[in-house]
Amino acid sequence: MAKVTSLNVNGKKLAVDVDSTVSLLAVLRNDLDLTGSKYGCGEGQCGACTVLLDGVATRSCITQVGRAAGKQITTIEGLDRDGKLHPLQEAFIKADAMQCAYCTSGMIMSASALLSKNPKPNREDIISGMNGNICRCGTYQRIVDAIQIASGQATKEVTR
Amino acid sequence: MIEEQSLLDEIESERYELLESPNYNFHFARRDFIKAFGLGIVFIVPAARALAQQSGQGESGRGGNERLPNDIDAWIHINEDGGVTAFTGKVEVGQNTRTTLTQSVADELHVPIDSVHLVMGDTDLTPFDMGTFGSRSTPTMAPQLRKAAAAAREMLIAMAAEQLQVEPKDLRIVDARFLNHDKSKTLTLAEVAKGRKLVKVIPDDIAITQPKDWTVAGTSAAKVDAKNYVTGKHRYTSDMKREGMLYGKIVRPATFNATLVSVDAKAAEAMPGVKVVTDGTFIGVVAPDQQAATKAANAIAVDWKSPGQPTNAELFDLLRKPATGQRGGGGEGGGGGSRPQGSITDGLAAADKKLEQTYTVAYIAHAPLEPRAAVAEWNGDKLTVWTGSQRPFGVRSELVEAFHIPDDKVRVIVPDTGSGYGGKHTGECAVEAARLAKAAGKPVKLVWTREEEFTWAYFRPAGVIDIKSGVKNDGTITAWEFHNYNSGASGIQIKYDIPNNDIRFHPSNSPLRQGSYRGLAATANHFARESHIDELAHAVNMDPLEFRLKNIKDDRLRDVLQAAAKSFGWGKAKPERGHGFGIACGFEKGGYIATCAEISIEPPSDKEDKTNKRVRVIRVVEAFECGAVVNPLHLRNQIEGAITMAIGGALFESIQFENGKILNPHFASYRVPRFNDSPQIEVVLVDRKDIPSAGAGETPIVGLAPAVANAIFNATGVRLRALPLVPKGLTVS
Repeated sequence: MAKVTSLNVNGKKLAVDVDSTVSLLAVLRNDLDLTGSKYGCGEGQCGACTVLLDGVATRSCITQVGRAAGKQITTIEGLDRDGKLHPLQEAFIKADAMQCAYCTSGMIMSASALLSKNPKPNREDIISGMNGNICRCGTYQRIVDAIQIASGQATKEVTR
Repeated sequence: MIEEQSLLDEIESERYELLESPNYNFHFARRDFIKAFGLGIVFIVPAARALAQQSGQGESGRGGNERLPNDIDAWIHINEDGGVTAFTGKVEVGQNTRTTLTQSVADELHVPIDSVHLVMGDTDLTPFDMGTFGSRSTPTMAPQLRKAAAAAREMLIAMAAEQLQVEPKDLRIVDARFLNHDKSKTLTLAEVAKGRKLVKVIPDDIAITQPKDWTVAGTSAAKVDAKNYVTGKHRYTSDMKREGMLYGKIVRPATFNATLVSVDAKAAEAMPGVKVVTDGTFIGVVAPDQQAATKAANAIAVDWKSPGQPTNAELFDLLRKPATGQRGGGGEGGGGGSRPQGSITDGLAAADKKLEQTYTVAYIAHAPLEPRAAVAEWNGDKLTVWTGSQRPFGVRSELVEAFHIPDDKVRVIVPDTGSGYGGKHTGECAVEAARLAKAAGKPVKLVWTREEEFTWAYFRPAGVIDIKSGVKNDGTITAWEFHNYNSGASGIQIKYDIPNNDIRFHPSNSPLRQGSYRGLAATANHFARESHIDELAHAVNMDPLEFRLKNIKDDRLRDVLQAAAKSFGWGKAKPERGHGFGIACGFEKGGYIATCAEISIEPPSDKEDKTNKRVRVIRVVEAFECGAVVNPLHLRNQIEGAITMAIGGALFESIQFENGKILNPHFASYRVPRFNDSPQIEVVLVDRKDIPSAGAGETPIVGLAPAVANAIFNATGVRLRALPLVPKGLTVS
């Protein structure tokens, strides 16, 4: 079985020693101790495991680690810079866009991919772009608010 | 323990798993917590009964020779650097109780929020607590912690006064500093606590700050550890790692109630690093990594014998049959009904219109996004388990029972958890992980898969509700006979002023394992009641709001009804074509609620049955009153979340089962609300500073389903009486 021996994660080249067929999520969490990406369903249905592969939002639970080798992998742990939060992270706090927050990493990573494709999404764009992510606590409208805040579009709806 | 027993009675009807009494024989060994703290000052709040037994003890001495009560409700520690640590057996599962309890402590001690740290849900460090359920944290735990903090404040002032050589009445605390009248003498909290090692028992009669005088509570403080969540740093149980930790996997029976015939684990045992554990019907493996554990579990050949079991189609007939065995014998009111009032026969005779209808609700799943998880570690004969649970002490009891070890040999720690909604009251995963860890001689992590969570947890009870009623043409309801089979008694009582009523809950033998769920039966009972009220209003050609107000005298309920109706614009405009308006109201666990919903009937989406239309909830206005509001921001968030979660149970969530198997144990087949199901939500808070705060995590869920059912009727003339209302869309002829 083919092995993967190194991964580019959050700008660093990290050594691993895993079969290429293992899920990227398992390698991030168990081998690299990057546990911000969550297991929610293992079937790509909930988005809690979302990471970026070369900037594209990817469900790491159904992605074999072999397919991530050689690509730039960005996880929630790589979003803040020198202790300064990413605008999406700030906005999620400002909009109180979480309750148990287990979905939050995946939400922020999906939102980050959305904003890189569409820097000023309207509410409909956000709803269709984020529909693959589940927040069982039901904070969807606040997450939409947060994404609008992060994209510099704080509207009156954000005052909820 | 009398207090806990009465609380148990109060909530028993919705707490099926509590029918087996938990172990309340808790005696806190003083040495444990003296050891747990370093220097500083500890303030403890004895439970009311313990205090009575030791009256006169009051403030205790120094040096550790004092007698301490066995039953303690709360304690607070002021450490040497002036930091405040408060201890509670409650847990954080997304309801933001960590934030609101922190606010209460800060408010009472007059210190900034960020100088208060809460230790929650750790059976070695925190006082005994029955569990985080029933919306009890705000009404019971907040006052306990406030008491400890208020007494601590007064005692600290006395100590500071002694140090500063001023009168205590000349000192106050502002932002964790003691100041005298002209600020010529000041002292920090740290300066008072430094070098001390004191334990003080606070008096029970201490007064706590009333809502009108709150400064920190009552404000929209941000989630206290939000930064840890948005950066992915928070460690949920499923994120934990221990030195030498192995990964576990359980081999599940082929169906519910299956019996084990034979096991062949040779292939799995031959895998490197794998250990197979069989113990009765328990079959599990441990392996160095998750993949190996899964592979080994799959390699175990097990022969199960499964009995024939019911399907969805038979469910409601089954539930009408009286319970037998442990669940039986509760038919007369079943613990949640009440004594009948008046006479149903007379009430029906006085009516101009009579109505008889049946309503049903399906089993639904909590589906917390973090599935059950546990990390178990044995050190000699001491077991420590980290797990996401709403009942750390309940899980400890399960472990004590499973391993035949004493209470003080088990420690359960609950890291802030990826939600629960009433679905994490039990300790299955903790017991399984501990069994594997015992066999492996190393720490073991076990995380249930989504399929396991959907199958082997428990469900919100399904139920059947029959209502028989009578109404006069002027809108006066004259008779109300209500029978709930199986779903439970929460929220079964009426706030309608009906002279003749007979309200009963009848337990049944549930074919599936069932237990608590956010609001539990209050959703079913409100759905049936508020749908039926709508039917009665229609029968006498009255506006549904006007009809409710005519029959409700309770001012708090009238207030929320009118507040919601006003913000929604009820009666001001007719819905546009293809849209409908619906209204519902209710009361549960100290909270009053009114919900207005607007729905639209739309063409089916690609995924749905093409012959049926899609029902969308597009706008919801909900007014809620739960006494004094502790944190408006998080309260609004809770209400919005409850409304969103309620949409699933109202429109499409339903567990399908056949012959002991769950047929839809995945998010692909069990649909939960997503972004595109989420309506525009307006929350109207009615803040009553004159009324003690009630919990708010549950009751905001109960109004949505009936409001939506009533709105569908308003739009189409079709009356739907089963939850979920439109799992396959709406057939409109």
